[in-house]
Amino acid sequence: MSTAINHSSSIGLDLQTIVVLTVEGLDEFVARLRALGYEVMGPTLRDGAIVPGPVNSSKDLPRGVHDLQSPGSYRVMREDDGEIFGWAVGPGSWKNEYFPPSQVMWRSEIVGDTLVFRQPDRSHALLAIVGARPCDVAALRILDHVLEEGVHRDSRYSERRDSNFIAVVECASPADTCFCASMKSGPGIDEDFDVALTELNDELGHRFIARIGSPRGADVLSSVSTRPANELDLEARALLLETASRAMSRSLPFDEVANLLARNVEHPRWLDVAERCLSCGNCTSVCPTCFCSDVHDTTDTSGAIERRRTWSSCFDLEHSYLHGGSVHESSSSRYRQWMTHKLSTWWDQFDSTGCVGCGRCIVWCPVGIDITEEVAAIAAHDQARVAVPSRPGAS
Amino acid sequence: MSSDRTLSMRPSSVAPRGNLNDLTPIVHRVVERIGETNDITTLVLEPLDAPSMTFRCGQFNMLSAFGVGEIAISMSSAPGEGTLRHSIRDVGAVSHALCQSRVGDLVGVRGPFGSDWLVESASVEADLDPRDTIVVAGGIGLAPLRGAVEELVRANERGGGRVFVLVGAREPSQIVFRADLDSWRARGAKVSLTVDLATPEWDGRVGLVTTLLADAGFDATNSRAMLCGPEVMMRFTARALVDLGMDPEGILVSLERNMQCGVGWCGHCQLGPFLLCRDGPVVPYAGLVSQLLTQRER
Repeated sequence: MSTAINHSSSIGLDLQTIVVLTVEGLDEFVARLRALGYEVMGPTLRDGAIVPGPVNSSKDLPRGVHDLQSPGSYRVMREDDGEIFGWAVGPGSWKNEYFPPSQVMWRSEIVGDTLVFRQPDRSHALLAIVGARPCDVAALRILDHVLEEGVHRDSRYSERRDSNFIAVVECASPADTCFCASMKSGPGIDEDFDVALTELNDELGHRFIARIGSPRGADVLSSVSTRPANELDLEARALLLETASRAMSRSLPFDEVANLLARNVEHPRWLDVAERCLSCGNCTSVCPTCFCSDVHDTTDTSGAIERRRTWSSCFDLEHSYLHGGSVHESSSSRYRQWMTHKLSTWWDQFDSTGCVGCGRCIVWCPVGIDITEEVAAIAAHDQARVAVPSRPGAS
Repeated sequence: MSSDRTLSMRPSSVAPRGNLNDLTPIVHRVVERIGETNDITTLVLEPLDAPSMTFRCGQFNMLSAFGVGEIAISMSSAPGEGTLRHSIRDVGAVSHALCQSRVGDLVGVRGPFGSDWLVESASVEADLDPRDTIVVAGGIGLAPLRGAVEELVRANERGGGRVFVLVGAREPSQIVFRADLDSWRARGAKVSLTVDLATPEWDGRVGLVTTLLADAGFDATNSRAMLCGPEVMMRFTARALVDLGMDPEGILVSLERNMQCGVGWCGHCQLGPFLLCRDGPVVPYAGLVSQLLTQRER
């Protein structure tokens, strides 16, 4: 089983304290988390993309790595600026760490004359994430609603989630595909973290502003070399976030989109997007909030049974299968299901948006379908304001 | 052991469940198997080592054919009957394996899940609902309603409102629960049947179930309705009931979508704003659902 980590009482740091770390201080921070028994993960460069991976020191972080993202395109490149968090989110989100793509629910076997059910061993080191982006932390809060705070609690998810340590890094490098500012999930963050870092790299040096979000965060930071933040640091942070917000060219109308889609279930754009959509499900694979899963059994010759949960996608024809056929037969109906769920019915089901504006679905769509563009196209011809032509088959 | 059969080993006991969580089924034994039609089978289940389940009419369980998979099936017994029954139509791998199971076989049960028909148990000393209740079922759709009708008939015997059971089936051989239909009729319910396709020995009504509504004899202005069957049947029936003067708020429908977990995690059972395992399967027809039933999803 997981071992609880005993954080000693903090020395001198409280939740209001804002301090500054150097890059060496960041290494001390990672080392302190490891010394406390955490498995530290963060952004790492692998196979030409920035994805979650193990972090033993700041050397494992993508220093000097930047990215260039656009609809259907992702590239990384190196620069000599030494920036560690100078990139926007890559294809991998933190969802995988809490809700793995494939997971054993239980195994059963026949022992003697008894049917025995066993849960897989779920003991593991506690997870600390250094370098989660605000949009991805917002996505985890959304998943919390679904898997932890609903009628039934998924203990697999919550065991991992409740014990995690999150050091978020505010985003100064939004990609061309990002729209978190409009979704109110970035580029800055004010809650749902243990420590929030902001990377500054200016004439005053390469450093990190650290804000504290929990007693655990205070405890870890108190054993790291820091100095109090000054006015110049705070002004630099404010300017950084302001610049990042303004840099985002894409947006969604956060307050209107849910109703817009609800009243445009019939809209010619759904057929238009279906002409381009391949129904490949890449968008759902990279989405940090998509949670659909299949549950299936396998068996072997001994009579042992394994029940497994694997990610699935509403773009699969089988996703809506009922005997006699699938409810969502066409690409247009599947795209509509996905997008209206993200932006509209998620509110009905879980009282929040299902989209954090990370832009992954735009980047990793092989044909570059852009959710913000699709919403804009629907808004431009809002069917509630024009006569809806009668449909064949409608009754 | 053929691969499409449920586990036929007969362990004498099941190991203690300990801290197993809510995705692990409770092992039940098939204690009775009733062939209802050529492709519909009723299984009567008893838990091996757990207390019997308490549930409400209209709710469902996730039933496991071990090694094959798990599907959502409504209870077809009334809580007051003291047995747990599921009536299953053989349409896929899991339902086939369940239908093939024999007395003594083991199946997995998780539940109960979902919303219900809002029928008070007739054995509870509660205020009896004086309204007429119109129960309209298409084919296997009578299964999730069977328990409710049983409770309603017993309530009617104790002074509750009248019960009208309208059943449509593709053909006479597809009418399920014939003994129950006779029993309900004998105990005061008005039972009407119709088939889409008559056979030579059929001397009853032919036509859609909606054709039974007009002369059924209920008071539409002081009644409630419970509908279960194909969506198109529920849509036209609900609309006809509203046209007859029934308050849409009093019409309940049972909706179906793919379900893989029953606990709100798998995402398959979405229908617009609903997760049907959580917000359904029984939902009021009024307002949103009446629109959803007319939206083309394909």
